[in-house]
Amino acid sequence: MQAFTDNSMIYAALGGFHVGDMLMQLFFFIVLLLLVRKFAWGPVMNMMQKREEYVAGEIEAAEKSRADAEQASKEAMEQLKQTKQEAQSMIEEARNAGTRQQEEIIAAAKAEADRIKEAAQADIQNEKEKALQALQDKVASLSVLIASKVIEKEISTQDQEKLINDYIKEVGEDL
Amino acid sequence: MDHTAPIVHDVFGISWLDFNLSNVLMMFITSLIVFVLCVLGARKLQMKPRGAQNVMEWVLDFVKGIVNDAMDWRTGKLFLPLALTLFTYILVGNMLGVITNGVYGHDLWWKSPTADPGITLTLAAMVIILSHFYGIKLRGGKEYVKDYFRPLPFLFPIKVIEEFSNTLTLGLRLFGNLYAGEVLLSLLVGLTTSSVVGFLGGAIPFLAWQGFSVFIGGIQAFIFTMLSMVYISHKVSEEH
Repeated sequence: MQAFTDNSMIYAALGGFHVGDMLMQLFFFIVLLLLVRKFAWGPVMNMMQKREEYVAGEIEAAEKSRADAEQASKEAMEQLKQTKQEAQSMIEEARNAGTRQQEEIIAAAKAEADRIKEAAQADIQNEKEKALQALQDKVASLSVLIASKVIEKEISTQDQEKLINDYIKEVGEDL
Repeated sequence: MDHTAPIVHDVFGISWLDFNLSNVLMMFITSLIVFVLCVLGARKLQMKPRGAQNVMEWVLDFVKGIVNDAMDWRTGKLFLPLALTLFTYILVGNMLGVITNGVYGHDLWWKSPTADPGITLTLAAMVIILSHFYGIKLRGGKEYVKDYFRPLPFLFPIKVIEEFSNTLTLGLRLFGNLYAGEVLLSLLVGLTTSSVVGFLGGAIPFLAWQGFSVFIGGIQAFIFTMLSMVYISHKVSEEH
């Protein structure tokens, strides 16, 4: 009997088992579970999920843009190289053209000079021949004249010399 | 320690329907605090967490870790809300009793709801029943029944006993820890209020025990949640 009383005292201190409490606990817990899932943890989980996706997306985008940038830089490098080559070839070409032109001009000038020189030489030759011809003609006629004069009259040596000089002078004037 | 509980007998004339009003009150207060804190924490959710959102996410990650330890995440995410609610509810309930115990008249009104065996056993039984339910639902009745004969058929009686002992230990561990804490706290309160010498002698142990109770409250909430997840995972996991 004493033992029973002790037990029931402890029992009372604990509050004992009450079906009502248990049902209430179950009810409160389930309601709380549903409420916090709907109003608190659900949104938080969604946000965390969203952030995870966002971060993953950002990483992917960064990766992609990095690849793009690499590609672009490669392309630019390629283009630069090509342009350099083009410029090089253009300069080369221009240099070649200049040299060629220079040579052409020199050759043309040389040819012109040769032509002019030849023409001048031809002229000189011509004139020389003409002069010689004229001199020959004059000498012939003079000889004839001198002969005739000698024949016409005997003249002194002095006179003769004078005469020759006169004629030579005359010839010089004619020439 | 001679306080009584405010018990209402035979509600609606039903002979087995008794209520301990203090429990009902504390359950309501605990639920309310958990709900309000959670909703306040989940306000103004941002991509870049600030303030209370950090706390919420820390708690969520913590409980997620508990669930992940017990089972793989594919089935585990089903039980995350349950684990979260168990953890927060028990933690808040434990703390309420540590902060103070309130007596009105001769009745003990303000205490931990988890310092009542009926309530902790209800939670434990709920977890165990859920484990059976999801065991059947996720793996099928055949596998569920077969599990009682693994690894050796003659272990069947022990397996059956295990289910009940799990329920009892899960519930009574929580109750025992919290109830003992409250008993000691109220004894120390009695000592400190009895005389000047009693106050001088009791104040420091009281503070120490209160701090220890906070620690125990956290640990017990963690243990209850973890063991719940372990028991559930025993039922829902393919092999273990």
